[in-house]
Amino acid sequence: MTDINSIILLVVILLNFFILGSARLVACIRAVALQGALLALLPVIVHGFSLHSLGLAGGAFLFKGGLIPWLLLRAIREVRIRREVEPLISLVATLFLGAMATVAAFLFADQLPLIHASQAGVLVPASLATMLAGFLLLMTRRKAITQVVGYLMLENGIFIFGVLLSTAMPLVVEAAILLDLLVAVFVMGIVLNHVNREFSSINIERLSALKE
Amino acid sequence: MLISLILIPVCLAALSLVLPWHQLRSWLLPTAGMIQLVLAVLVVLAKPQAGEWIGLDALSTLVLLVTSILYLGCAFYAVDYLALRQDRGNRIIVPCLLVFLAAMSLAIISRHLGLMWVAVETTTIVSAPLIYYNRNRLSIEATWKYLLLCSVGIALAMLGIMFVAYSAVGGQAEVSLQLDWLLDTAPQLSKPWLHAGFIFLLVGYGTKMGLAPLHSWKPDAYAESPALVGALLAGGLTTVSFLAILRGVQVMSAAGDLIMAQQALMGLGLFSMLIAAIFMVRQPDIKRMLAYSSVEHMGILALGVGIGGLATFGALLHLANNALTKGCLFLTAGNIQRSYASKNLREVRGALSCLPLSAGIFLTGFLAITGAPPFGPFLSEFTILRGIFAGGHPWIAAAFLILLATIFIGMGATVLSATQGESPQVSAQFRDRLLLVAPPLLLLALVLCLGIYMPDPLKELLDAGVALLEVTS
Repeated sequence: MTDINSIILLVVILLNFFILGSARLVACIRAVALQGALLALLPVIVHGFSLHSLGLAGGAFLFKGGLIPWLLLRAIREVRIRREVEPLISLVATLFLGAMATVAAFLFADQLPLIHASQAGVLVPASLATMLAGFLLLMTRRKAITQVVGYLMLENGIFIFGVLLSTAMPLVVEAAILLDLLVAVFVMGIVLNHVNREFSSINIERLSALKE
Repeated sequence: MLISLILIPVCLAALSLVLPWHQLRSWLLPTAGMIQLVLAVLVVLAKPQAGEWIGLDALSTLVLLVTSILYLGCAFYAVDYLALRQDRGNRIIVPCLLVFLAAMSLAIISRHLGLMWVAVETTTIVSAPLIYYNRNRLSIEATWKYLLLCSVGIALAMLGIMFVAYSAVGGQAEVSLQLDWLLDTAPQLSKPWLHAGFIFLLVGYGTKMGLAPLHSWKPDAYAESPALVGALLAGGLTTVSFLAILRGVQVMSAAGDLIMAQQALMGLGLFSMLIAAIFMVRQPDIKRMLAYSSVEHMGILALGVGIGGLATFGALLHLANNALTKGCLFLTAGNIQRSYASKNLREVRGALSCLPLSAGIFLTGFLAITGAPPFGPFLSEFTILRGIFAGGHPWIAAAFLILLATIFIGMGATVLSATQGESPQVSAQFRDRLLLVAPPLLLLALVLCLGIYMPDPLKELLDAGVALLEVTS
């Protein structure tokens, strides 16, 4: 089982790099959808078949892999942008930083006092690396929609860590968390639409009238 | 019975979606506010047994009562406010305000960290349309910043909750995030993970609460949203987020690590006061000034709990004082803004002559919030100061006093030039109306009462709250 686990997490980390290095918005959104869908398999692989793990996996697959990316794709269709993302620092530099962050995540995770070390071995560094990549995206991109993708990657990273916890979060709460995430992205999509209408652009650099 | 605090506002929100009449829809808000306050008082008196998911303890009782009073004031204000804004309509704002109330109540009464997180995140989402009510460039910018920063902050709080859960994985029992279970097993939790979890909880909910340096969304969101939304965010939501942080402090305290939690809170608290003082001097925008004042008072709350003992008692009292005074200030600042069609000192001058009531309450509210006797904040800030001295931190006390004095002078300069002097034009567009003036006046009266006389039940409640936070194991 750990083999499948490792393969999935490896693909997830590769997807981080793909998103960091990609210049096309649609590709970024599809990649984050694929990442979410793959992660949804983890609870079942780690904890075996149970109501909790199946419910969590099903919900995460539906929301992270399906509905949320669909909402985002719809949002960018409405604001008619497919142009390249315009990073504040070049894509190569972002990739380099992403690689550094991943290495740092693996080194750091080795130092952590993990409880079931064998099981947590790859999960924790992959979770940290995904969160850091999400943060990198949040900080280095100009398009508001790429920031939403960064936020989703951050959530994905947190989800990977959550797999370690098995049943600490009751299924009802997990479902509510996913629902909250969905509604948040839905509202973000609406706000994006209005930003586009007011500023004829969704570059967040335009959002700079409010300051001291 | 407790669950009706959540179900009734949700039902009313559903009703507001189908009601076709503007005025009637507005009146749903005070209806919900009154039901909420009556239910809250009944529930508090009945002292229900705390269940696994929801329940009341001293801390949540305090927050529940304070937010219910504030919400009722804002709800009555909303009726006249929405009547003036017929053009903008209230089809979206009324259901959002009602769901906001439900989510806030759920966050207050929840006994499970996961459930509490869900409720706090829901308040973030439903307050986004509230901030965007004016639908202009500035408000959308504020909404975007608020939504993104708070969502990321809340995501970090989730990570913190997971770290706390992971700290329990080593034990034999089934892991749960139920608060009472966590408090019982706290001594066996793995320390490094618990500490990391608390720090992430503090950063996450601290973003929502607006502690510096995580406050950058706050001036924008408060200044660009309608006054009643500013009042609800500054008085209600920040208080709820503070309660969420206090839950983390409780777990740390039960695990015997209160000192570390207190040091983190103390540092953030002092830094927030410093940042607020810097930005409040020469602040030309009255609502941004109030937002920084909110950052300052969040800092005072964190500092008070960080010092501990008597200062914690003062901080819990200050939580009530701050929420009610902030409500009063935001509501009257909204009246002034409407009358001048501006909130900048360039246009706003001599408000006392054209809006005697609103400007008078605003001026008195300023005196109250900056800690002038005999208002409530004076009493609570003085208690915190005594606590700081009693705790043996004379330098922190000196810094506290200097920062409070700076803020008094900075805020005073802005407030006085807004209210005193010659009014530039006689504005006939807007006069004081009953429902726009009575709620802030009553909130102010309540703050005055809290400053003059502290009823015994309140004192017992605050003492019980302190006892919850500082378990000596």
